[in-house]
Amino acid sequence: MPQTRREMLVDPMVDNNPITLQVLGICSALAVTSSLQVAAVMSLAVIFVTAFSSFFISILRNQIPGSIRIIVQMVIIASLVIIVDQFLSAYAYEISKTLSVFVGLIITNCIVMGRAEAFAMKNEPIPSFIDGIGNGLGYGLILMLVGVVRELFGSGSLFGITVLETVNNGGWYVPNGLLLLPPSAFFVIGLIIWAFRTWKPEQVEEREYKIQVVEAH
Amino acid sequence: MPSDMPENVKPKGPIGRFLAAPADGVGKTIIVAVSLCLVASLVVSAAAVSLRPTQKVNEVRNMRINVLQVAGVYDPEVSVDEAFAAFEPQVLNLKTGAFSTDFDVASFDDEAAAEDPALSRALDEDPAGIGRQALYRTVYILRDDVGAVDKVVLPIHGYGLWSTLYGFIAIEENGNDIFGLQFYQHAETPGLGAEVDNPRWRAQWNGKELRTDDGELAITVAKSVPAAGPDYHIDALAGATLTSVGVNNLVRFWLGEEGYAPFLNTLKEGGV
Repeated sequence: MPQTRREMLVDPMVDNNPITLQVLGICSALAVTSSLQVAAVMSLAVIFVTAFSSFFISILRNQIPGSIRIIVQMVIIASLVIIVDQFLSAYAYEISKTLSVFVGLIITNCIVMGRAEAFAMKNEPIPSFIDGIGNGLGYGLILMLVGVVRELFGSGSLFGITVLETVNNGGWYVPNGLLLLPPSAFFVIGLIIWAFRTWKPEQVEEREYKIQVVEAH
Repeated sequence: MPSDMPENVKPKGPIGRFLAAPADGVGKTIIVAVSLCLVASLVVSAAAVSLRPTQKVNEVRNMRINVLQVAGVYDPEVSVDEAFAAFEPQVLNLKTGAFSTDFDVASFDDEAAAEDPALSRALDEDPAGIGRQALYRTVYILRDDVGAVDKVVLPIHGYGLWSTLYGFIAIEENGNDIFGLQFYQHAETPGLGAEVDNPRWRAQWNGKELRTDDGELAITVAKSVPAAGPDYHIDALAGATLTSVGVNNLVRFWLGEEGYAPFLNTLKEGGV
C-alpha cells in the first residue's frame, strides 16, 4: 500500500498499473486507441471520472449503507460520466462522435469501480482523489503507448500529423491495416505487459499449477 | 463501518443524529438512496440543460457539413456557412411535390413538424419504423451558374437495429440518379452497423438509379443483385443484416410514393 501522496500518484503508473498489472479496463483500451487524439480525450475523461467519483464516494463513505453501496457508487459514477459526455458533445463534437458509446462505457470501466470499492470506501477524500488521478493516469499512460504504436504504424501519423508518408498519399510507407483493428491492441498491450514484467520481475504472477515430479522407487 | 464521530460527543440536531446513525438501517438506506438520486438527477439535468445551446450549434453545423458532403461540395478550407449559402433551402409539401410558401424556410423546424398533429400524419404502413411522418420537409436545392437544378439533397430517416438513422440522399437533376447517401446521426453497432459511415460502402450509391424505365422503384440494399439489375443494387453490409434491412426500408420508403416520389416527378419534368 503506497504511503505518501506522491507514491499514490506514481505507483499506479508502472508498479501497480490498472491495465498491465490488474488487467482492468481492457475493453475500452482496445476500442479507442487507433488514434492518439481520441485516446488522449478518453484518458482525460477517465482521469476526471475516477478522481471525482473516488472523491465523492469517499466523502459519503460513512453514510453509504452496505446493502446498496454498489448502486450508490454506480449512481455517482454514472452522473459524472453523463456530465463528461455532455461536455464533449458541446465542446469537442467531432471527438465525441468518434468516442460514441465508449464514453458511456466508462461507467462499466472496472478501474473506476475498482478504485471506488477498494480505496475510496476506506480512505479520506483527498487521498482518494489523488488515488483516482493516479489510476486514471496509469490507464492513460498505457492508452497513449498503445495509441502511439497503432497510429504510427497503422496510419503513419501521430496526433493526425503525418510522420511516415503512406503509399496511398504518394509516400513510401505501407501502413499495417491490422493495427487499425481492435485485436491489434491485444498484441500491443501483451507486449507492454511483457516489457513491464521483464523490467520489474516482481510483477510476474505465481503459476496456478505446479508440475508434479513423481519420484522413482 | 467506523464513524468519524468520537464516542463521547453527543450528535446535535436532527442532521447530526442522522449522520451518526448506523448506515445500515432501513430508514437511512431509503433516505440516502432518495437524496442521492435527487442530487445526481439535479446535477445531470443542470449540465444537460446548460450545455444544450452549444450542442445545438454543433448539431446544426454537423448537419450542414453533411449536406455539403453528400452533394460532393465539401471543402474543409471553406467556411461551412459560406459553402452552405450556395444551397437553396425550401419547405417541400411531400404530397403535392411542390414547394410550400406557407412557412418561413429559415425558422421551419422539421423535428417539431414531425410531432405536430396538424403537420404530420400517423403511418398505417410504416416500413421505416418512424411512427409519424411530417407532411412538410426542408429540402436543399443546389443550382448551377445559370440557375438550373444541379442536385437536390433530401433528408431521410428510419429505424436500423438500435437507433433511428438520420441522413441525406443527394439526387441528380433528372430525379432518378443517386449522387450520394450519408447518415449524420445514428447509434448502430460500431464496426458492424456503423459501417454505414464507411466511405467505401457509401461510394456504392454514386451513380445508382432509383427507378427502372417502367417507373418501378427498384433501388435495393441486399446481399444479392435484384432482378432489375446491378444499377439498382447496393451491396448490404456484412455482419449488419438488420441495419442493412433498415437502410433498405427507409430509402425505399422515402423515395417511394409516400415520400419524395411526387417531388422527384416534378423535378424530372423540369418543374423545379
